[in-house]
Amino acid sequence: MIRVVLPAHLRTLAHVNREFDLDVPGPLTQRSVIDALEARFPVLLGTIRDPLTQKRRPYVRFFACEEDLSHDSPDAALPDAVATRAEPFFVIGAMAGG
Amino acid sequence: MSGVRVLVGTRKGMFILTSDGKRKTWVVSGPMLEGWEVYHVKGSPVDPNRIYASQTTDWFGQIIQRSDDGGATWAPVGNQFQYDGVTGTHQWYDGTPHPWEFARVWHLEPSLSDPDTVLAGVEDAALFRSSDGGENWHELSGLRTIGSGSSWQPGAGGMCLHTILVSPSDAQRIWVAISSAGVFRTDDGGVSWSPKNKGLHSEGIPDGDAEVGHCVHRIALHPSRPDTLFMQKHWDVLRSDDAGDSWVEISGNLPSDFGFVIDVHAHEPETVYVVPITSDSVHFPPEGKLRVYRSRSGGNEWEPLTKGLPQANCYVDVLRDAMAVDSLDDCGVYFGTTGGQVYASANAGDSWEPIVRDLPAVLSVEVQTLA
Repeated sequence: MIRVVLPAHLRTLAHVNREFDLDVPGPLTQRSVIDALEARFPVLLGTIRDPLTQKRRPYVRFFACEEDLSHDSPDAALPDAVATRAEPFFVIGAMAGG
Repeated sequence: MSGVRVLVGTRKGMFILTSDGKRKTWVVSGPMLEGWEVYHVKGSPVDPNRIYASQTTDWFGQIIQRSDDGGATWAPVGNQFQYDGVTGTHQWYDGTPHPWEFARVWHLEPSLSDPDTVLAGVEDAALFRSSDGGENWHELSGLRTIGSGSSWQPGAGGMCLHTILVSPSDAQRIWVAISSAGVFRTDDGGVSWSPKNKGLHSEGIPDGDAEVGHCVHRIALHPSRPDTLFMQKHWDVLRSDDAGDSWVEISGNLPSDFGFVIDVHAHEPETVYVVPITSDSVHFPPEGKLRVYRSRSGGNEWEPLTKGLPQANCYVDVLRDAMAVDSLDDCGVYFGTTGGQVYASANAGDSWEPIVRDLPAVLSVEVQTLA
């Protein structure tokens, strides 16, 4: 079980609070987290990554432990602090200027 | 008691405006789906409680929402729009081949006979159908894969399929309009398609009379005359009396024949409405005067309708899906602006009043006439 934080629009769609617990089976990676999110909340399918190519949507970012993990491999292991629940895994809507 | 329900899609959510048959006082509900762009909202003609909405952002992609209670509550349905078979390429802005990529749903067209069936026009240009209330979507790929598809090139607003008309007399006949490609028609329910742009002339393409490549902004028809179509092109207003096989210009005395919307009176099939916009580079009304133009003769002779509309310092635009008519008597006409106003006329355009003035930029307006 890890801690996950979703951006406001996705919280509305999924009907969850800002932070919630998510059971992620298997190795803890970006891909396994998003797999688990989409399995628990089918409405999120396509909102974080392209359902066909599995590529992260351009204006979505993944943060943890004060680091931007967005450009890491989706199969790279997430930090231990996420696995131990010391830190949440953030899905972020990128800032827009103007 | 009859009434109307005006469905308004905006840059930052959806609003529903309701009134009784007099259309004097209005109740404004919303925002719903707040913060998202709602490109289009449209109700089923056979079940007014069934409404579909296209909800999108550049951040989180496409959601389709469905209401089964007239817009009181909404629930997401299917949002998987996967092109059928080999995706192929169209031309990119620089002329290079570019893979078809789904961006968003521009237009939802519920079936005239089945509330669970709905068509979706998407960017990059393609047509999808759902037969289960929006849960699952399947491309009618005969359109995208006709010979010219690889040569289609997006306009400034993207390569969008923005208009869908289903013939009231033959459900197998469908017209679609695609930005920077033109009008296409199927007579077999979407299996095979043909371009229907004969008579269009466009100065913005190398061959002004080409079979495809025209930037059609909107087409409309009257249910009693399904072979008569009216078109607002990038420049030029046109009509066809042979189901799109040929077109003739009817711009006549319009102050500008550039614009986006066009619609037809509910009871008078030769009464047509447009909102002239200054030019392709100046997207606001000529002289800062917001005027709807009405032709009662099927085109060429147009009269300005100004009563109740701002006639000075008005610099809004009226986008392609932002005009609709109700079927009450007198016919009601409605349009929304990029300045957030929704104007209504309860007398076929003779006079106008704003229902609301300060919504986010209006992307679409549809009307349900309620028994």
